Amino acid sequence: MIQMLTPEGERVSSGEYDVFAAELTTEDLFAFYRDMVLVRRVDAEGNALQRQGQLGLWAPLLGQEAAQIGLGRALRKQDFVFPTYREHGLAWTRGIDPTELLGMFRGQTHGGWDPQANRFHTYTIVIGSQVLHATGYAMGIQMDGDVGTGDADRDAIAVACFGDGASSQGDVSEGLTFAGAFNAPVLFYCQNNQWAISEPTNVQTPVPLNQRGRGFGVPGIRVDGNDVLATYAVARASADSIRAGNGPLLIEAFTYRMGAHTTADDPTKYRSDAETEAWAAKDPILRLRRHLEKQGIAEGEFAAVDTEADEMAARIRAACVAMEPPAPEAMWKHVYAEPHALVDEERDAYLAYLASFEGAEETV
Amino acid sequence: MTTTMPLSKAITAGLRKAMEDDDKVVLIGEDIGKLGGVFRVTEGLQKDFGDQRVIDAPLAESGIVGTSIGMAIRGYRPVVEIQFDAFIFPAYDQIVTQVAKLHARTHGHENIPMVIRVPYGGGIGSPEHHSESPEAVFAHHAGLRIISPSTPHDAYWMIQDAIRSDDPVMFFEPKRRYWMRGDVDIDQRGAQTHAAQVVREGTDLTLVSYGPLMPTAQDVVEAKAEEGASIELIDLRSLSPIDFDTIEASVKRTGRLVVAHEAAVFLGLGAEIAARITERCFFHLEAPVLRAGGFHIPYPPSKLESHHLPDLDRILDAVDRALAY
Repeated sequence: MIQMLTPEGERVSSGEYDVFAAELTTEDLFAFYRDMVLVRRVDAEGNALQRQGQLGLWAPLLGQEAAQIGLGRALRKQDFVFPTYREHGLAWTRGIDPTELLGMFRGQTHGGWDPQANRFHTYTIVIGSQVLHATGYAMGIQMDGDVGTGDADRDAIAVACFGDGASSQGDVSEGLTFAGAFNAPVLFYCQNNQWAISEPTNVQTPVPLNQRGRGFGVPGIRVDGNDVLATYAVARASADSIRAGNGPLLIEAFTYRMGAHTTADDPTKYRSDAETEAWAAKDPILRLRRHLEKQGIAEGEFAAVDTEADEMAARIRAACVAMEPPAPEAMWKHVYAEPHALVDEERDAYLAYLASFEGAEETV
Repeated sequence: MTTTMPLSKAITAGLRKAMEDDDKVVLIGEDIGKLGGVFRVTEGLQKDFGDQRVIDAPLAESGIVGTSIGMAIRGYRPVVEIQFDAFIFPAYDQIVTQVAKLHARTHGHENIPMVIRVPYGGGIGSPEHHSESPEAVFAHHAGLRIISPSTPHDAYWMIQDAIRSDDPVMFFEPKRRYWMRGDVDIDQRGAQTHAAQVVREGTDLTLVSYGPLMPTAQDVVEAKAEEGASIELIDLRSLSPIDFDTIEASVKRTGRLVVAHEAAVFLGLGAEIAARITERCFFHLEAPVLRAGGFHIPYPPSKLESHHLPDLDRILDAVDRALAY
């Protein structure tokens, strides 16, 4: 497992990946720290808003911040990310406003942002499906000739996000099959957070997930998913290789879902406090903070990030609670791209039905 | 200009035209390259357009549809070939969960302009899973358009319409009519793809069918004409949406309706047509809407399929029962 920062914040060498870490200044690392603190705050706000009845559900990110920020900051603008439903950190790195995520979990939309604008697709809830979309997108990159040209602003990759649970889905294996067969420029990014709701990873596989791609011709590597320096460096190295036309790769980010699967879940039913506490000691934010303290970052700078997080939390909370339910006709608006007689007929009939109630109280 | 060709080659010609018109059109499927597909519908296309545009895929239907979604997101117009009707079910999840819903999920930001070609229907003496008619299963899902040509002319034009559409289109090909020849006018398109077509006018009863049963339905019309009954025949062509207006106008004249399809009668398209036409034409109907179709059984072994598939006599039986009211 590739690790570059110990839980105590000590920098350790990791051979070929050190070159990517060496490019990062203390300011860059502090920017990673800020990212992680802010997305953790988004996550806390999501949990709180659900408990207060403002969201129908929330899928907590807690514990996986480094796995997502490291990857997100290693990607380039022209890359395209295909997320699952817990990619709040990656969404942040791709410029998706957290209020978009809150709106989705509130039940305003099923997604709604323009995937092309930030090259970040809508969340996928049927886990595994998006791995094929990423692979097909990568095949499209290849058909466009946008791989292996040596132009860093042109060569692109697709990122297929999935987790330990989704690794058992047939679509993940089929994605690996197509990627291997076509040498598609796709990065398979598996966040192994140890738990698929209540099922531990050993229910999915007896073999480490970084080895999953081997039989498909997709080499894999395991990285400490709670070490943002390591996830960044390994993602950079992998993305650069894929971008150069060397074929698909798989990264297993070894991390831990510190929170519940969703706000509807109760992890005390299936895992021990001791296990959670052991992982808490490997916290991704704490270890980077320790490292940055050693680099001379002053207390005031950390406090400024906390203040920024407070302000952002207030902003997204206010935006969330102010969201009015969409008008009913929104349901029919984008069923098809082109006019559709049945959709029009049903919408018109229902709106007429609704309109028939107008003024009903007065006439009773 | 009019040319005579088999229905399968009309699809080939339509695919070729679409690929010439738009270099974002790519074909993907099993054995569609050098072999030209098991029914030779893509014959010669890989040779002319290259293996980047006519792609032999690994044997994984979900993978074929799922990667095609990714290509569509990248700006391509993928045309998927499913080898046989019942091989589509490994891709069912991708089709109904992703293909059908991505436009709505992204608030219209994203179009999925892909075509899924499905050779369907029985009557060719095949093993299990090679003769099914699953169109209603997909018609139940909003977000998909479903069309089925019954003539070479329609096949040529409708496959091009399907590829040009910004919506996902499932293109059901009547495989036992692949070798049926007919005139294709490559200059005059005729009816719009989502319009049903009155192919024979009549006064006593409306017969609605589509795809592989249309030639059988023509035989029904001829047989009844010999007996002095005038049947109006409608080719549905579009299975989702359905052009109920054309059926309604016809039934308001004839007062009787029979729907015939190979798919099972139970919850088949005939059920939806019967319900809607009964509502729209209640005071015009002289008889209940009757249906001729497959039974609620797994598609039988080929030595029994002639009992399962509605033939001339089975449809005539339904027509006679409707006329007897």
